[in-house]
Amino acid sequence: MYTEKVMDHFSNPRNVGEITDADGVGQVGNPVCGDIMKISITVDDNRITDIKFKTFGCGAAIATSSMVTEMVKGKTLEEALAVTNRHVADALGGLPPAKLHCSNLAADALHAAIEDYRNKQSEKAD
Amino acid sequence: MRHVYLDNAATTPVHPEVAEIMQTYMLEHFGNPSSIHAYGRQARQAMETAREHVARLIGADPAEIVFTSGGTEADNYALKGTAWANRDKGNHLITSQIEHHAILHTCEYLEEDGFTTTYLPVDQDGTVDPAAVEAAIKPSTVLVSVMLGNNEIGTIQPIKEIAAIAHRHGVLCHTDAVQAVGNYPVDVGDLGVDLLSLSGHKFYGPKGIGVLYIKKGTRIIPVQHGGGHERGRRAGTENIPGIVGIGKAAEIARAELSERVAHLTTLRNKLIDGIRAKIEHVRLNGHPEQRLPGNVNVSIEYVEGESLLLNLDMKGIAASSGSACTSGSLDPSHVLLAIGLPHEIAHGSLRLTLGHENTAEDIDYVLEVLPEIVGRLRAMSPLAR
Repeated sequence: MYTEKVMDHFSNPRNVGEITDADGVGQVGNPVCGDIMKISITVDDNRITDIKFKTFGCGAAIATSSMVTEMVKGKTLEEALAVTNRHVADALGGLPPAKLHCSNLAADALHAAIEDYRNKQSEKAD
Repeated sequence: MRHVYLDNAATTPVHPEVAEIMQTYMLEHFGNPSSIHAYGRQARQAMETAREHVARLIGADPAEIVFTSGGTEADNYALKGTAWANRDKGNHLITSQIEHHAILHTCEYLEEDGFTTTYLPVDQDGTVDPAAVEAAIKPSTVLVSVMLGNNEIGTIQPIKEIAAIAHRHGVLCHTDAVQAVGNYPVDVGDLGVDLLSLSGHKFYGPKGIGVLYIKKGTRIIPVQHGGGHERGRRAGTENIPGIVGIGKAAEIARAELSERVAHLTTLRNKLIDGIRAKIEHVRLNGHPEQRLPGNVNVSIEYVEGESLLLNLDMKGIAASSGSACTSGSLDPSHVLLAIGLPHEIAHGSLRLTLGHENTAEDIDYVLEVLPEIVGRLRAMSPLAR
């Protein structure tokens, strides 16, 4: 059902946790549908220098969360924003069709974290 | 790695004696029981012996046993057969919200055909209130169908009381006993039901064979038409290997039943107590006492079912869950929602169903592995505190 890559990220997830004084935090999903992803980032000179995730969800939800953190660590915010849910699924060698809809939200969580960071920056500027 | 199979409610391994006799009836005695020659006579005789074994297991007369392709066909036959046969009396059916889809989807199909259904709620333990059955009965009610033991949460229903109420109002009573037969004492006379479904592969028989018990005199019409097999009640050349197999499985089950119930109950209680002692924020789903001997169903808060199953599988433990990912839809199991669980708790359900081959060491292994998995998933969960 899942690719080897998905099972690898599921059983050895990268970057699990929460950054205590994160520059941006994003959370998507809800407990009703069974998937919640929370991503926190540290941004230095427009680059994501640290990223961590916490996820409640199925195998695909955990694997995509882990995968997205690996994909964007060290990348600029623009590069990170260009990463889509589809890219994450492709990087994992694909997901079962049913999972593409419900458990493939990791890029959304990342984008929410970046948005949170930018909002905080503009608040500071004000 | 140790392998522990704890999904016996999904299916059980075929008993070696069952497999052995089935092979004989595929390779040597392969005759069609409708044939008059020696091959045919031999097959017929084996079929009637099997019928006697199944009848004896549930306290029925052999003439009341109709072989089907499984539990789903038996449920379809019971509902459609009685609904259509009693259409002159009315068009109302009563069932519960926690039935198997073989019942629920058949009711929905009959609704397209002019019937109406009352889906009775259950309490937090998953029990149907017999008084609610009585209150739901109308002059147009033709059938009450409530399962004996629930496949997900294991709750045993008060079928005896429900059947008595139905009969008091001249209504037929069916029970889906697929999870119970062979693993729990079932006697049709004691229950007082008119119809009962059972399935071979839930008690060490083969897949593809089931039975509908039809009490003598029950008004029902066949739903499958063709040759006059099963005394005109179920057309189609009989599945002799399957029938011989379910007969042998029934014979063994009857001989071992009290031993099986005692063994399963001991292991079940050990598993439930162990999980509760070792893991915090756990809820037992289903009735604490009135439950199938081999059923354990717990909700483990802050974790999701499929993640649990994948981790258990990596450790050689086969289990199941009622989470959305495993229910095949976006919603968690209808049974868990019916007992009032919020979605996030239902998503974290874990069903472990025991079989007679499980040992105390298997339970110890689960109790060693499961808390570690839960701890790891909770450390990853944004819901955990």
